[in-house]
Amino acid sequence: MSESRPAAVQPTYTTSHIDFVEFEQGYELVVGLEVHVELATATKLFSASPNRFGDEPNTNIDPVTLGLPGALPVLNEHAVELAMRVGAALNCTIQACTFHRKNYFYPDMPKAYQISQYDQPLNVDGWLDLPGGYRVGVERAHMEEDTGKSSHVGGASGRIHGSDYSLIDFNRAGVPLVEIVSRPDIRTAEQARQYVTELRGILVAIGASDAKMEEGSMRCDANVSVHRAGTPFGTRCEIKNVNSVRSLGRAIEYEARRQIAMLEVGERVRQETRHWDENDGRTHTLRTKEDADDYRYFLEPDLVPLEPSPEWIERVRESLPMLPGARRGRLADLTGMPADGEAIMVVVERGQDQYVEAVGHLGGDIGRALVHVKEAFAEQGPEPTVPATDLALLTKLEVAGALTATQAKAVLAEIVANGGGDAEAIAAAKGFEAMDTSALEAMVDQAIAADPDAWAKFCAGEGKAMGALVGAVMKASKGQADGKAVTALLNAKKA
Amino acid sequence: MAVSDRITTADVVKVATLARLDLTPDETERLTAELDGMLEHFADMDALDLTHVQPMTQPYPLRNVFRADVVQPGLDRDEVLAAAPVAEDGRFRVPPIIGLDS
Amino acid sequence: MSDLAATPVTAAAIAAGVRDGSVKAVDVMEAHLARIAQREDEIHAFNLVLADEARAAAAAIDAAVAAGRDPGPLAGVPVALKDNMCTRGVPTTCSSKILAGWKPPYDATVVTKLAAAGAIAVGKTNLDEFAMGSSTENSAFGPTRNPLDISRVPGGSSGGSAAAVAAGFSAVSIGSDTGGSIRQPAALCGVVGVKPTYGYVSRYGLIAFASSLDQIGPFTTTVHDAALMLDVIGGHDPMDSTSIPAAQPSLVASLDRGVEGLRVGRITDLPDGADPDVLERLEAAFDALREAGATIVDVQVPAFANALTAYYLIAPAEASSNLARFDGVRFGLRVDAPDTNAMYSATRAAGFGPEVKRRIMLGTYALSAGYYDAYYGRALKVRRLIHDEFARAYQRAEVLLTPTSPTVAFPFGSKGDNPLAMYLCDLYTIPSNLAGHPGMSVPFGTGADGLPVGIQVLAGTLDEPTMFRVGAALERAAAHEGSAR
Repeated sequence: MSESRPAAVQPTYTTSHIDFVEFEQGYELVVGLEVHVELATATKLFSASPNRFGDEPNTNIDPVTLGLPGALPVLNEHAVELAMRVGAALNCTIQACTFHRKNYFYPDMPKAYQISQYDQPLNVDGWLDLPGGYRVGVERAHMEEDTGKSSHVGGASGRIHGSDYSLIDFNRAGVPLVEIVSRPDIRTAEQARQYVTELRGILVAIGASDAKMEEGSMRCDANVSVHRAGTPFGTRCEIKNVNSVRSLGRAIEYEARRQIAMLEVGERVRQETRHWDENDGRTHTLRTKEDADDYRYFLEPDLVPLEPSPEWIERVRESLPMLPGARRGRLADLTGMPADGEAIMVVVERGQDQYVEAVGHLGGDIGRALVHVKEAFAEQGPEPTVPATDLALLTKLEVAGALTATQAKAVLAEIVANGGGDAEAIAAAKGFEAMDTSALEAMVDQAIAADPDAWAKFCAGEGKAMGALVGAVMKASKGQADGKAVTALLNAKKA
Repeated sequence: MAVSDRITTADVVKVATLARLDLTPDETERLTAELDGMLEHFADMDALDLTHVQPMTQPYPLRNVFRADVVQPGLDRDEVLAAAPVAEDGRFRVPPIIGLDS
Repeated sequence: MSDLAATPVTAAAIAAGVRDGSVKAVDVMEAHLARIAQREDEIHAFNLVLADEARAAAAAIDAAVAAGRDPGPLAGVPVALKDNMCTRGVPTTCSSKILAGWKPPYDATVVTKLAAAGAIAVGKTNLDEFAMGSSTENSAFGPTRNPLDISRVPGGSSGGSAAAVAAGFSAVSIGSDTGGSIRQPAALCGVVGVKPTYGYVSRYGLIAFASSLDQIGPFTTTVHDAALMLDVIGGHDPMDSTSIPAAQPSLVASLDRGVEGLRVGRITDLPDGADPDVLERLEAAFDALREAGATIVDVQVPAFANALTAYYLIAPAEASSNLARFDGVRFGLRVDAPDTNAMYSATRAAGFGPEVKRRIMLGTYALSAGYYDAYYGRALKVRRLIHDEFARAYQRAEVLLTPTSPTVAFPFGSKGDNPLAMYLCDLYTIPSNLAGHPGMSVPFGTGADGLPVGIQVLAGTLDEPTMFRVGAALERAAAHEGSAR
């Protein structure tokens, strides 16, 4: 969105259902996020112009897009479907709603009003759970049209300030947006980053948007304030121009410190919109509240109310795929690993969780499969070309002790490089002899016999004593024994 | 607040800014008097009891009017830019946009 | 009225003659262009006459007929279009400096439908700037004069379209009606004018004044022609979300059913303001309908008197938003300035006339923070009240009869400096715009100074068939009266 966007209207919160989390110097950081998402429709929200990124300027235009005199809006049904999906995925109530005009002048606003939703939005009262389980409330997710794009000529680094003139491209004008407004439940920069990352994963999973911050199909503004324990929330500032998840964290912390510094010397924080500058790592005043326009919201007379039927709403809810959070949970249940641990987070984000489960269904060890996929499948994408059966066999060999962890990694690397392969054959070719169980057991018995002291201590409960026994087996096998298999055998004999 | 409360010159100046209309001092004064007179005339509305009346924004009650998500032919860029006051590089050119970034 | 009596006058007759080959479209067009040549300088009904284009189109119609192709139900009918309807490649100005010379890149749906029906656009007619006014004196390009008395206004805002039909410049014309802008000029010029139910005719391509009030409708010399026109231009349009989805019955088919057994309502608490000559004609109209077999019943619409207030808050509010797009960025006038904000303000100051500025200011104020509830919000409730009271009245009577205009055509400048005096011209027409109900004005004799008086027939939502039945009956009675004098 453009740089001098007037501040949005938000409700005021004074109490919190969340326990105080200190940020610095006795202050708590309170953040609410407004995320604008471009919907993946073929055409714009109110006209049949193409919704496409990257085309020649002003080639995706029609009378409605340009706000020509006499043009009228007609609502895109698929945009409504996708907006409802967003609401459903965020656990919102989906309701009958209306459209309003938000009136203000700006060159990239062709009608000098934006058609948006005001007091009766489509989706309300939802939530998003962060990977660790922390719940962030979603106040609303409403529909609105996007503006055109302005570029500024003549000033330093393409900014408005000091520019000689501006050029407007209306290709983006009228693109369908959903504005997702969180409650101010976020207390750390890391939570903010997780919220945006998780939201992105959800939006992509449900096919609502490609949500690419670098292309502008997902834009994030942060409302930041600070306060001391037991006091009402402080005055908030809206931070704009955050173009990556990493910037979001930096901008939030900078802004919080800026506000704390002011408060500490007795200054009051002014409610305003501030611009994040990635280069100097600071926020700068954009517009103060006093300068903000009076939007004169009134019901859009050229549109009629939207009342999705209960059947439609139900169909939308049922059509949702399993969301990332649920997929992580399922994988956690199947593997016993933590849902917000790195392995599961990475694998689900890549969309490779179903693959890992498939390996499990084929009799492979799902825990080992998870780790292998996380480590070696970064380039594979959501539909890995390595046949699941091949990975399943590899993990079976590991479990049986036929391959050490190191050996398995080497075999895996070859399997991945070749797009598949027989693990046993590869292991043989590499000279990794399958160490059969009876031979291994014999070595274990020999080690026990050779060191009865260690054995006695181990049986008495001294775990450390095992080390000597394992070491003896490794030495006897010239490093080919699988340490895990040896440990398993020792434990089995102790019992 | 009643419709017939006076509208002041200060109000008129504020409204003119919202509406992006440059007014001469004469116009400002004249408009203040005219709008004030109109609002006084409109005071007949204050006498009505509207507590149980719902607002009516649209005369014909329609719901759920949609369009299929299918591309239709649009406008020719050259034809459109030919009608533009100032165009450059395939885009509409405007004077510097006021921003308050520093 | 016409000095070239050789060619038919009504749209129905023209189309019938052209379709069966007995009349040439080019001859019809020449007759109309000749009348334009004779009196247009004096009357100024048009912002733009499309003589060459019209001749070419007429020739094409004749060629189609000769080749055995169907030329359409309005074949060869000269039609004048109010200059607030987009015509591709043809200047559409709303009689405003801010759009002087602007050529839309697309056609309004109405324009497309008329062309598809074989009608031929003869020109773009003058109006009060952005349809705001009741006399066409607010045009930035000079007023239109009433063909029946050029010292008087033709009414407004569709003054040019009304005058074009009254002067025989076109057989029919198209106007727009937000608070009476078709019906009132029709009454003042002695022609038929119809505002259909809101949503009956597509607004796509009509340059918006007040979105929830605007409707497009025809000016004609006969009620039959008006029915023919609405049958062509009416109907659902997917480009207009407020367009009524269901197809409507043909209005031509309902014309001759008479008024036997119909209940015609007299609004006993109608606000004062009509001149005695106008009221006399209203009484004559009631008498005529009673004689034709209708029953006259008394009804009350107490909120009728509040309609003007509600309208002059709602319409300017919507207009202030609709006219914000005239900002010098993409089309129309631009006054250069050092930054965009200054450019907006200078452009709009230079481009808009005083009445438009007045309404933008009033509308912006009515919507602004702190004032919304008292002004716009309250006006919307008054609107509901008016709608509901009319709905109750329509349970007691199928149609209501009122004067269309409080007076006959008035002299230029006679409304003085007070805008409110002009607003009162729409006293009787405004309520039906607020309610979304149809209304038509039918000429019914003359009043003071021999000037025409129009009687307004009002009906409930989508009851155009009954409205036309009554209009046709009044027309027959007027003709009878006229021939009896």
